[in-house]
Amino acid sequence: MLKIGVPSKGRLMEKTFDWFGQRGITMRQTGNDREYSGAVEGIGGVELVLLSAGEIPRELSAGRIHLGVTGSDLVRDKLADWPAQVAELAPLGFGHADLIIAVPAAWIDVDTLDDLDAAAAAFRAAHGHRLRIATKYHRLVRDFLTANGVADYQLVDSQGATEGTIRNLTAEAIADITSTGETLRANHLKVLSDGLIHQSQAVLFLSRNADWPQASRATLAALAARLAIPLPGDL
Amino acid sequence: MTSKAAIRAEAETLFAAFRTEGAVPVEADILQPAETLLDLYGEDIRARAYVTADPLRGEMMLRPDFTVPVVQAHMAHGAEPARYCYMGEVFRKQDVAGPRANEYLQVGFELFDRSAPEQADAQVFALFARLLAPLNLRAATGDIGILMAAVRGLSTSERRKSALLRHIWRPNRFRALLDRFSGRAPMPAARAALLDRLQKDTPEALTRAAGTLVGLRSAEDIAARARALIEDAATQPIAATEAALLYDLLSLQAPARAALNHLRGITPMLPAIAPAVDRFATRLDALATLGIDTETLPFEASHGRTSLEYYDGFVFSFHAADPALPPVASGGRYDALTAVLGQGRSIPAVGGVIRPGLVARLKGSV
Repeated sequence: MLKIGVPSKGRLMEKTFDWFGQRGITMRQTGNDREYSGAVEGIGGVELVLLSAGEIPRELSAGRIHLGVTGSDLVRDKLADWPAQVAELAPLGFGHADLIIAVPAAWIDVDTLDDLDAAAAAFRAAHGHRLRIATKYHRLVRDFLTANGVADYQLVDSQGATEGTIRNLTAEAIADITSTGETLRANHLKVLSDGLIHQSQAVLFLSRNADWPQASRATLAALAARLAIPLPGDL
Repeated sequence: MTSKAAIRAEAETLFAAFRTEGAVPVEADILQPAETLLDLYGEDIRARAYVTADPLRGEMMLRPDFTVPVVQAHMAHGAEPARYCYMGEVFRKQDVAGPRANEYLQVGFELFDRSAPEQADAQVFALFARLLAPLNLRAATGDIGILMAAVRGLSTSERRKSALLRHIWRPNRFRALLDRFSGRAPMPAARAALLDRLQKDTPEALTRAAGTLVGLRSAEDIAARARALIEDAATQPIAATEAALLYDLLSLQAPARAALNHLRGITPMLPAIAPAVDRFATRLDALATLGIDTETLPFEASHGRTSLEYYDGFVFSFHAADPALPPVASGGRYDALTAVLGQGRSIPAVGGVIRPGLVARLKGSV
């Protein structure tokens, strides 16, 4: 059986079902709408596994699912050396969100990463600790700031309501997902002009760590043909 | 012998050699408080070191190196001058699957001596060169002190100098700053617009007009930086000739004696580097006395800038022919680190580490 992991609820699930549906593969939940079991019709040998979108990168990494739909941001953040562990088969064109760095809008002196770095140095000297950036995307944010030579900051973990951490004095800046920027504005924050870390969308991933016996490869080839997507040559 | 046993035997041999030099063995805890390392190295260390949580002591790290605990031990109860050696595992996360080890033995030697730093530099390098001689390694040396002296000697504002010094270990950021301070890169548009508005209004008024201020960074913090930006905008660009000398210095790569001649040649145009160049010359003489061929010894002014370490003077490393292998040994001078950890006290310090695992591998014993 070729196992495909799909987000288990909400718009991500619906849009994923739509995307496959438009290509002749019907996915549906079985049982009542609270039961996490599903079925795939229109192709044989494929099993639907409904999972939290946040757990799909881990399941792909562990090779417990062969394919999975999840945000490109989650894969990049949760998996070390992600291109070695998974392959991007197709961007699905929904679930768009930008991972950005935002600071209070009243920081008139900060517009770029260069400013953030200088403000962090002055902040550390004045307040005795490094400038705190609240985020749940630790790897992506740290790699981005390292690549851009920003120093004197520290990451503090925030798993939700990240925009509120600044008002609550647990962080001075944030790195979070935004689509319209409305929540940022409501919390008196602005995005740094060069603070775009990653443009995320839902992507169909393939696990390089899963077992790929001949039968699964054949099912994958048939599925790829139906979906009209190319497969990576190095599989 | 298993490979671990062979590596440990190699480590014991090196450790014994360090003790023969009069070094006192020191032990260090494997679990180190994360806060100290994070404050020193910044958030980057989190990507390199294993972080774990202790229910009472908070975040801890599996020691990524010995330098910090050894300096702390010396600061707490060391007599001067002192020489220390140590042997033990260090732990480094590897984000990319490959041959780099997550845990490996290090054997190190550190020299704390106020009297003659260049002699101490030369002693450490010559000792490492002698112990590693059978392996025919390629040596690399540098001196971050010359670069720092050149920055301190620029005819520009203290603020610009300290910005450059702060990023001396981050070559990309350093170059971006130097490009801007010397007028090679244009001022960002948003900065120009802000300076424009600051001509008509105070920073305080502009901050109020920008909306509700949230967070710990205060209106005073913002105004202070806005005023610094006004001051900086009025600062003349670093003269093209001075900037050219600094760019030249950044890319200086030559055998040590030739590098010294080159530096002597540019010193009249950058007089502030004269004491650092003198120290470089003294060190080369000391190295020559100890049998190092300084005519052929490779020197790169930027060597050691990209490492995580806190080196601020002489730096060195020894490399195997295979470029995929990490350095077999590396070290340098870290006076500033002792000042940060010493809370007001400091001591000139130089030292280095050898990786016995690589030594054993190159000898063919594993």
